[in-house]
Amino acid sequence: MDQLEPLAEIAHQTVVFPDGLALDCGRSLRSLAVAYRTYGTLDAVGGNAILICHALTGDQYVAETHPLTGRGGWWSSLVGPGLPVDTDRFFVICANVLGGCMGSTGPGTPHDERPGEPWGHEFPPITIRDMVRAQKKLVDHLGIRQLFAVIGGSMGGMQVLEWAATYPEAVFAAIPIATAAHHSAQNIAFNEVGRQAIFADPDWHGGEYWRERATPARGLAVARMVAHITYLSEQALTRKFGRRLRDATSLTLLDDRFEVESYLQYQGSTFVRRFDANSYLSITRAMDFFDLAAEHGGELSRAFEGARTRFCLVSFSSDWLFPTPASRAVVNALIRVAANVSFVEIASDKGHDAFLLDEPDFHRTIAGFIAGCAEHRGLKPRERA
Amino acid sequence: MPDGAERAPDAVRDAARGMRVDLQLIAGLVTPGARVLDIGCGDGALIGHLFRTQGCDARGIELDMALVTRAVAHGLPVMQGDADTDLVHYPDQAFDYVVLSRTLQAVEHPLAVLRQMLRISTRAIVSFPNFGHWYLRAQLLLKGRMPMTKSWNRMWYETPNIHPCTIQDFFDLCVAEGYVVEQWLALDDEGHRAPWRRFPYLANLFGEQGLFVLRRG
Repeated sequence: MDQLEPLAEIAHQTVVFPDGLALDCGRSLRSLAVAYRTYGTLDAVGGNAILICHALTGDQYVAETHPLTGRGGWWSSLVGPGLPVDTDRFFVICANVLGGCMGSTGPGTPHDERPGEPWGHEFPPITIRDMVRAQKKLVDHLGIRQLFAVIGGSMGGMQVLEWAATYPEAVFAAIPIATAAHHSAQNIAFNEVGRQAIFADPDWHGGEYWRERATPARGLAVARMVAHITYLSEQALTRKFGRRLRDATSLTLLDDRFEVESYLQYQGSTFVRRFDANSYLSITRAMDFFDLAAEHGGELSRAFEGARTRFCLVSFSSDWLFPTPASRAVVNALIRVAANVSFVEIASDKGHDAFLLDEPDFHRTIAGFIAGCAEHRGLKPRERA
Repeated sequence: MPDGAERAPDAVRDAARGMRVDLQLIAGLVTPGARVLDIGCGDGALIGHLFRTQGCDARGIELDMALVTRAVAHGLPVMQGDADTDLVHYPDQAFDYVVLSRTLQAVEHPLAVLRQMLRISTRAIVSFPNFGHWYLRAQLLLKGRMPMTKSWNRMWYETPNIHPCTIQDFFDLCVAEGYVVEQWLALDDEGHRAPWRRFPYLANLFGEQGLFVLRRG
């Protein structure tokens, strides 16, 4: 694969907490930076804030042009003026996760002990709960006592569940989408293939690739390619590519390439320009560690004991990475403690990726749930122009 | 869908205004502010009505995913689930009322569902189409074929109503299971209250639907 130059360093909107963060692993970060973006206006009582939690390779640029890639926001179909997560009505916050590489503290930020160097592979192991604690500091910093809603898909959905379990009073409504209360063996297995691809790259240099001014781009690209397959359904791949060849009409068995191959290679090559390999390792590990039931004595419903949060779970029928039974397990745990829960499986053949795409039933569900919660919360409807 | 967030609650209000008459009767049996679970809630018209007009904490379960999506899109707390399998997850006495309207005859295990209802709730409100109505009896007697009416409108081989019963049968079941019938009504096919309150025998002959409020004995 052609090596692409990484994109330029840019300054992200960031808040630094000089008191750092105590991590689940027992270690502490001396200082914590949280990079974030906000959209809309916080009302006088701070009651209209919605936190969006991003997935593994997402970032805080949820509803605007990405400063590095120049592409539209990753959830700009859902979040924006007049959209289901309406930035004319709500104050929307999205932060880069702890361990990320878009400005929040992570493997790429300066080492606590050796300030001239990045943490690299020495960055302490982090958990989904650590990510949520970092977000809580940001939410407190913004003067918000209770979030109207926390929304996220995939790893973002894990953070939503963790928010509801760790800070129940701070979450009025929770919308975990296409997610699970723990990573399955299959999920972990796919992540491990990606990690091994990174380790096998000659540019990995034992995790200290920055010393050599190198990046394990081929390994990271392979990791992305494998992951990308898991985000799509077989039907979606077939519809998009079938067995079509690139630049050829019939198979010659010489230099032929299937379209699906070049698509995946493109996905891999663009990814390495915006993502750091050590961040990828750190965050995939956090996902693998995630097991909300284990955090509560092995009984998932205990995570939600006494919850007054209103939940809306959404799964997609063709998602095999976070299949509907994984969402239903969370639903069952919630009703064991008589929590207020809505649950919809959206019919879609687009696989796990569906939560990022324009799925009208999904968008109607989110808009309606938010409207219903706003009515219960006593939020005023948006003033019409 | 730019205006969806505002449009949805209006749609629910509209739906509540045109709510089925039997659902309006059921709503009248529920005390304001109660915790209510509506099993087989359809598009959620009853729970929307109970929340907005009686301040109830009303939730729903519905089997049909299209109806669930519609209800949630209207801002109602509804989950996709099955009365036969999902009631077991609820804790004891989580609700004041559990409603099962025109669904009992379609569940796989009516006895188990009723037991679960009265485990998770103080009261159960149950309505069902009465298979003892004179018109059904007459069709079976005179034609010798499975009756077809507005309520019983599918052929025997494709009907979801696998456990039809009569009002008298239901009284017997309540005795056998030790349930106290706090209230009961017979309804006509529009869902209006029929005047057979004091005479179960006549209610069983002329009532299109039975509506019962039960609690454990």
